[in-house]
Amino acid sequence: MARNDPSMEVQKQEDVPAGEMERTHARRCFVPKSDIYETEEEIIVLADIPGASDKTVDISLEKNVLTIDAFIEPVRANGYDLAYAEYDEGDYQRVFRLSDEIDRDRIEASVSGGVLRLCLPKAAAAKARKIAIKTK
Amino acid sequence: MVQRFLRPSIWQEMDQFQREMNRLFDPNSRVRAFNSPSYPAVNVWTDEDGQLISAEMPGVRPDDISIDVTGDALSISGERHPDEISKDARYHRRERSFGSFSRTIQLPFMVDTNKVEASFRNGVLLISLPRAEADKPRKIAVKTR
Repeated sequence: MARNDPSMEVQKQEDVPAGEMERTHARRCFVPKSDIYETEEEIIVLADIPGASDKTVDISLEKNVLTIDAFIEPVRANGYDLAYAEYDEGDYQRVFRLSDEIDRDRIEASVSGGVLRLCLPKAAAAKARKIAIKTK
Repeated sequence: MVQRFLRPSIWQEMDQFQREMNRLFDPNSRVRAFNSPSYPAVNVWTDEDGQLISAEMPGVRPDDISIDVTGDALSISGERHPDEISKDARYHRRERSFGSFSRTIQLPFMVDTNKVEASFRNGVLLISLPRAEADKPRKIAVKTR
């Protein structure tokens, strides 16, 4: 793996429960590794959520707080015993605070190959509010 | 053998519990090694007839994964491509890595290479490695005369 230390890539970061809140699933919960980039039109969020499918991902946007909740379907090997483990399975949760106003009606999300792709188009008002700085 | 005829005592149970706990937290324990030597990290499941290896590889296209089995060695290699983004895009956060990877795992038995199966679902790779018939332990019947 090019960018990071290889040992970092295979390590998952465990989510720290906020305050007194506890999760209902008695499973571990991880912070998914994410990429976020912005273009003129939209903000794209990519998150690695291996084991979760489009049916098991919940995304909510409240004001400008984006919450990603992904539940996994654990690998169940009938009749097999787990002999050696390098990674732990768990759900994923991550909360982002977005800066620009988002057009809620046009948000699109897809999950493929264990990667969540979230497309958040910027609202027209937010785009218009950008003020050009003139040089004299 | 003597133990069987003794009444189980609370101390015995305590000893057993202590052993279990020690095993759980033993850094040299083979069962839980959360520091994978390389990518991808694997979980290994076993039964009498072989092994099942699972690996989380989100964002890797199934066509880009190559799995080779020779004798008792399994090698997983491939490449994870970065997403193509437009030139005017600005990154806020880049945590996901890309690039090629290769890993070879030594198995404790010879594999029946014709029966190896692999599936890729939701970014989780699952490889089933059946043990070769010739490699299976032979049962020896004890005869009474």
